[in-house]
Amino acid sequence: MAADKYETHEYDVVVIGAGGAGLRAAIEASAQGVKTALICKSLLGKAHTVMAEGGIAAALGNVYSEDNWQVHFRDTMRGGKMLNNWRMAQLHAQEAPDRVLELEEWGALFDRTPDGRILQRDFGGHRYARLAHVGDRTGLEMIRTLQQHAVHKGIDVYMECNIQRLLIDGGRICGAFGYWRESGRFVLFKTKAVVVATGGGGKAWKFTSNSWEYTGDGITLATDVGADLIDIEMVQFHPTGMVWPPSVRGILVTEGVRGDGGTLKNSEGKRFMFNYIPDFFKAETADSEKEADAWYEDKKNRRTPDLLPRDEVARAINSEVKAGRGSPHGGVLLDIASRRSPDYIKKRLPSMYHQFKELADVDITKEAMEVGPTCHYFMGGVRVNADTAASTVPGLFAAGEVAAGLHGANRLGGNSLSDLVVFGRRAGLSAAEYAKASAGKLTIDLGQVEEVANTLLAPFNNNGGENPYTIHANLQDCMQNLVGIIRTEKELRQALEEIEKLKQRLKRVSVEGHRQYNPGWHLALDLHSLLSVSEAVTLAAIERKESRGGHTREDYPDPDPKFGKVNIVIRKKNAEWSLAQEPLSEMPDDLKVLFEEKK
Amino acid sequence: MAATDVTMRVWRGDAAGGEFKEYRVPAQEGMVVLDVVHTIQATQAPDLAVRWNCKAGKCGSCSAEINGKPRLMCMTRMNTFQPGEPITIAPVKTFPLIKDLVTDVSFNYEKAKAIPPLKLKPKEADGTRRMFQEDVDRVQEFHKCIECFLCQNVCHVIRDHEENKQWFAGPRLFVRLASLEMHPLDIADRSEFIKDHAGLGFCNITKCCTEVCPENIHITDNAIIPLKERVVDEYFDPVMWLLRKLKK
Repeated sequence: MAADKYETHEYDVVVIGAGGAGLRAAIEASAQGVKTALICKSLLGKAHTVMAEGGIAAALGNVYSEDNWQVHFRDTMRGGKMLNNWRMAQLHAQEAPDRVLELEEWGALFDRTPDGRILQRDFGGHRYARLAHVGDRTGLEMIRTLQQHAVHKGIDVYMECNIQRLLIDGGRICGAFGYWRESGRFVLFKTKAVVVATGGGGKAWKFTSNSWEYTGDGITLATDVGADLIDIEMVQFHPTGMVWPPSVRGILVTEGVRGDGGTLKNSEGKRFMFNYIPDFFKAETADSEKEADAWYEDKKNRRTPDLLPRDEVARAINSEVKAGRGSPHGGVLLDIASRRSPDYIKKRLPSMYHQFKELADVDITKEAMEVGPTCHYFMGGVRVNADTAASTVPGLFAAGEVAAGLHGANRLGGNSLSDLVVFGRRAGLSAAEYAKASAGKLTIDLGQVEEVANTLLAPFNNNGGENPYTIHANLQDCMQNLVGIIRTEKELRQALEEIEKLKQRLKRVSVEGHRQYNPGWHLALDLHSLLSVSEAVTLAAIERKESRGGHTREDYPDPDPKFGKVNIVIRKKNAEWSLAQEPLSEMPDDLKVLFEEKK
Repeated sequence: MAATDVTMRVWRGDAAGGEFKEYRVPAQEGMVVLDVVHTIQATQAPDLAVRWNCKAGKCGSCSAEINGKPRLMCMTRMNTFQPGEPITIAPVKTFPLIKDLVTDVSFNYEKAKAIPPLKLKPKEADGTRRMFQEDVDRVQEFHKCIECFLCQNVCHVIRDHEENKQWFAGPRLFVRLASLEMHPLDIADRSEFIKDHAGLGFCNITKCCTEVCPENIHITDNAIIPLKERVVDEYFDPVMWLLRKLKK
């Protein structure tokens, strides 16, 4: 009997991914009294959340009492170029403060205001200083707090376990199948519900802030069982990644540098962001250096254009470099050394100080940093119900970066960490309720499992075939060059051809050695997802014939109101993608008012 | 830039045995040890096992012993070695080897499960939590820990004494215990746990842990010694001893 062949576990809810969203989902599901497992590709506590730097956005109103959820909601929608799911943006803005206070209750120690409350810092696109933070290592604080809370709650954690396929019975989720990285052995989870919280797919690009884990797993797990994606073309290029030396290119430089007073300059020493203020943000953005600098002290002034939303800043840097005003290694300069004291810089940005000192021989208290855009975040992803985080497949839920809707066409800094805990909690809650209500017996199709197992082992049988590392490097070049910040139909179509060739080459991929802890094999398997996600991004990018947020088309340089009212939906059936444009849900009048009164 | 090569000896093998193998890859400006390991993987040894995530010193995954020194591979620049100096990468020694540079670090996760969790005192009358920066500063130092487990690796209580692992939690967990004990709002008493279950008494403050901490946490001075003082006050101060007796 094939059932005995694999190590098998049975749960009500299986959460895949143990970053902020996965941890919060598992904590919530477990608190609802259902049997919960948490599965992660790395060791617990190493997920990408650990790298988040600047902070977690929540309208606590500790620094500016004028702040409230409506203002946060409005900032999020405007930052997302109004493509956001309004209901997600509303829930997020309303619930983020409670989630931050909950983290404090569980042991997180945020930096403090003089009267002993949680301090908040300025960030791009946020009207008020809104980001609760711990220096520039907020993600570490958050993941450790959630990790320790989950451990003390006794949640079963499966570390270094990589889920490769979800299993379906009668259109519903019934299981998940994958392998242990350590032994290479397969493992089968029978479960009523699955929450994917696996992040994005930024590892398909060459210059990226993302780690090896970011191979779009949850997106592919979901589309392989027929779930819808929306707006997957919306990829955020963070304006400030390291550019030199080559080995560190892409590593993130927190927006907090600009939030704490740093400014972008070109090779002529000019603060160029004043030349790139779009009409959409003109009314609220300073147009002189004097006003911009005064804003840091007094929010009655208009905000500095250095803190425009990330898509605007990334495009501006791209244009400066193209015009020949870049820094020696093809970026621009980010200067805080001449604007803040060394003590202040070290206190506010300790890990940036350390990172530049150790990796680039640059003392950021004395010299400017060289920075340029780096692939950072997927705004698009699995289509979910705003309230329940349910995907279009019964029993499958999604939270965090893997889910789409909250951020629209562009995510504001700080809205990711809050997204994780707000929608991680909601996904865990809904998955638990779904599992409790789930009736009828679920049966795993063992023939299906066997087929997957054979597919996963195929690379061991292809002797002398393609090297998985080479395929990956070729894909990264393709996405970097053809599906980057600025896109055209011609290049996007070329990318599709390249991806098709890579898919053919992947069929001949071979791995050396045996199944025990074999990174070559692991990458060969991850390439299935990387290629699938890359293809979805490229197809959707062709479909959206306009420029909006993270998606800029040289051949359609302006936003098109028609496209501003639709999600690009993409789904896979029998290995074929199909695309559709579906209307956004209509915002209710009481929320529309928030955009009318302030012009 | 002249096209030069770098040579590196990397441990290859598993619990059953293994050996150092020499690899040669082209040098690139600014390279760190982890870049060299990745290049070896991509071009010569695709099954070379190594853990890594952030490549920026933030996740603590890529701990190894580089020329005998416990370090993060992602934060060790190649230009810190003399030209021609042999570079040898071995897995950390204190934990059982799985394969190549990957070890079984589950000891640390098991120990973490046993730690008595945070217990906060009631909220302020206005429903808020108030803490002041000067009070959280010292605990924030402990929260910088990236769980690279290099401190555990060098601690001689367990490095060469497998038998001590059952009694001893190690510096990482002492830092964790200190962060809970010094949390401004925590009211739990962990003295007995620290003394009897975490084995703090085994530590004779040689500061090996402090020296290897990539986050520069003053593990010995700021975490371990204050914890030792707490235990002494609680258990060996005659007045406290009498009070405890009377309470029982």
